[in-house]
Amino acid sequence: MTEITRTDLTSARELIAFRIGAQEFCVDIMSVREIRGWTPATALPQSPGFVRGVVNLRGAVLPIVDLAARLGFAPAEPTARHVIIVAQIETRVVGLLVDAVSDILTVTDDLIQAAPDVASDMVKTFVRGVLAIDRRMISLIALDHLLPAVEREAA
Amino acid sequence: MDPMAAIKQTFFQECEEQLAELEAGLLAIQDGGYDGETVNAVFRAVHSIKGGAGAFSLDDLVHFAHVFETALDHVRSGRLAPSHEVLGTMLRAADALADLVRAARDDGSVDAGRCDALADALRALDPDAAQADEEADGDDGEIIDFQPVPLDQSIFDDDLATGSVPSQSLFLIRFKPKPVLYAKANEAAVLLRELAGLGEMTVACDSSALPLLSELDPEGGYLSWSIELKTEQDEAAVREIFEFVEWDCDLEIERQIGEAPGEPDVAALIEKMQAAVEAELSALGPTPIPVSEAEPAVIDFAKAREKKSLQSAGDQGAQRADPALAGAAAQTTIRVDLDRVDRLINLVGELVINQAMLAQRVQEAGLARASGVASGLDELEQLTREIQDSVMAIRAQPVKSVFQRMPRLVREVGAMTGKLVRLVTEGEKTEVDKTVIERLADPLTHMIRNAIDHGLETPEARLAAGKPEEGLVHLSAAHRSGRIVIEVSDDGAGINRARVKALAIGKGLIPADAALTDDEIDNLIFLPGFSTAQTISDISGRGVGMDVVRRSIQALGGRISITSRPGHGSTFTMSLPLTLAVLDGMVVTVAEQTLVVPLTAIVETLQPKVADVHGFGGGARVIAIREHFTPLIDVGRELAYRQGDADPLSCVALLVECEGGFRSALLVDAILGQRQVVIKSLEANYRHVQGIAAATILGDGRVALILDVDAVVASSRADASFEQLLATAG
Repeated sequence: MTEITRTDLTSARELIAFRIGAQEFCVDIMSVREIRGWTPATALPQSPGFVRGVVNLRGAVLPIVDLAARLGFAPAEPTARHVIIVAQIETRVVGLLVDAVSDILTVTDDLIQAAPDVASDMVKTFVRGVLAIDRRMISLIALDHLLPAVEREAA
Repeated sequence: MDPMAAIKQTFFQECEEQLAELEAGLLAIQDGGYDGETVNAVFRAVHSIKGGAGAFSLDDLVHFAHVFETALDHVRSGRLAPSHEVLGTMLRAADALADLVRAARDDGSVDAGRCDALADALRALDPDAAQADEEADGDDGEIIDFQPVPLDQSIFDDDLATGSVPSQSLFLIRFKPKPVLYAKANEAAVLLRELAGLGEMTVACDSSALPLLSELDPEGGYLSWSIELKTEQDEAAVREIFEFVEWDCDLEIERQIGEAPGEPDVAALIEKMQAAVEAELSALGPTPIPVSEAEPAVIDFAKAREKKSLQSAGDQGAQRADPALAGAAAQTTIRVDLDRVDRLINLVGELVINQAMLAQRVQEAGLARASGVASGLDELEQLTREIQDSVMAIRAQPVKSVFQRMPRLVREVGAMTGKLVRLVTEGEKTEVDKTVIERLADPLTHMIRNAIDHGLETPEARLAAGKPEEGLVHLSAAHRSGRIVIEVSDDGAGINRARVKALAIGKGLIPADAALTDDEIDNLIFLPGFSTAQTISDISGRGVGMDVVRRSIQALGGRISITSRPGHGSTFTMSLPLTLAVLDGMVVTVAEQTLVVPLTAIVETLQPKVADVHGFGGGARVIAIREHFTPLIDVGRELAYRQGDADPLSCVALLVECEGGFRSALLVDAILGQRQVVIKSLEANYRHVQGIAAATILGDGRVALILDVDAVVASSRADASFEQLLATAG
């Protein structure tokens, strides 16, 4: 992820910001395929707690990752107001369950600061940098390690 | 992929088709039901492989195909009778050719000794032994059979007796392309240029057939050429240039051997002849065959010694390559990338689900059945079904593609075991989904091997039993109630039940005092770890038994059974779904989750009674079904949907049979119904889940999981007794 720390004034990119509890996060808009409302998922047996199950996305079977649980917060208790961000991770399409989508940000890479060095596994694994916008702190999430199978393949 | 590799891939695809046609043709000749066209088709198949292989410089392949082609040509010309021995050699040669093609494709290697031996055997078929010897020694000039055709120009005949031994020859070539030659992207100018490369050449174009511009068919062929070529090359070299267009043109090549080389006035004579030809042309107006008019010049110059015409060979091919026929053939099939078909199938699957959802919504909205919306929806349903059937039909292929691999297998296994075997196939046109076909080859191969190796007796034993020396293996396919049924039967000795039972008892597969029906004994051979062969033979004893066959059939959602009559043979019957894209399932609920259980696994369903359920050891339960104690598996607990045991009395038990023929009872909460579901992969976006085979989408739009019965049963059997059983069986 060298391109994030490198200063490049010409490359603006768009990020989708969303809320989990009181914290804000964002992902690159290029990996987001669509955003849809929460529909009850079919539970998958023998899956990690952050995998809520699978839903039907126009005929495809879409696994739903509870991003709150994945990032180490308390598992979400989804309501109709919760949102699923459908994202592409390499060849897979995955739904990310979040509280709400808050913003679309256009930022240049120089606005992205390196993640503060805290002793949190969550930060080390998923956060690729932080943004300071309107006195808010928004963490940029890398999606590569969200799914357990991907994690296993990488190991 | 670079373009050359793509072309090469197409070539190998076509090779497979040609090889199939070759084998089918040879078998037809063997059975006696053939005509000249069959022989031609066989010849053409080898010829096309040779031609394509030449273009890719696959020398071994070209060489072998060439020898094969030569032998076939003897049959085609009627000089070699297609006797049983001849066809045996040719069928083996076809197998070797297939090996060579595959070796070339996969950069593999072949048994060179075997190919050489076969090539020699093919050469030995040549009725003209002297010629055969010469060819075997001299190698590799084009070996072509020419049929002498008398020409009406007596002048040549006059000079037949004379003639020294020249090294330069003059060829008179008449070349009249047919429209189809151009249609195949050949180009007369290129051929002529190549000819010019062989030596000195004069060309005259005959444009007499050209119609008025208004009547001209832009894709027609009106021009013909007369060529005089003086070359040191032999006729084969000349002919080779026309090799790929031979059937698409009228071609006559006359060879006239000139005087000793370096004859001073040869060039002058040619000029003279050319002048004469041109003079004739201009004097007589356009004539179709100007060369023959150049009589005087030819007499002056040439001492004709040999005359050959390719006209007769050309004719047969030319008829075949009739443009109308070629056009019709091109329209009947198209090659489509499988991905596109799969995408279409996925879309139709979604359409089906969507239509079901829509219907449900309409019903929920409380619209009357007679309303316009409802009747429109009925029509939509009808159409959707038809589209689904049609799309499935695109993927359907005749089982022929698998069946046609079997004759070779039968020949090889027959030769290895020293048994005489005849294979009869039936229902080759029965269609089934491509994915099923692909996964059918292995079990079928194994079953046929088994039928020959274990089923059929040796010729001596057969004669002693009053049967014909030649054993019969019958392979048939048919559609039966929405499934495909494939049968492999032999007329061998049948299953030796006493031995099978003794073996099963000896291996601890069944209790020593088990009372089994004949049918049950026959089906013991499907148990894991069962093999009746006392010595592991090269053919069937590859460490796998019929249990592997059974497992692969079950993996396809199919079933396999055997019937046997001592002394009369055995029949294996496989029943398979027509497609792997949809599945017949029983929709059940377990701990408020909806699951689909494949119908093929379910033997029966029953309502457990309190007296039938017994605790068995720590936590395990069994259920008595007609006096048999069967393990009772709580699906909800197995999949960790709930912690505690379900109350069997409020549940339904599904008696299932899984790999190895073990029966278990699956406890589910309720049965919702039975329906066909479209199979969706879980792995595409997630990963494999233990105990789950795949997912599907139900009419309400929710995802339901399809239970992997074998996996659930296997994981519930972590107890010691089962492991002990496995150890004994394995």
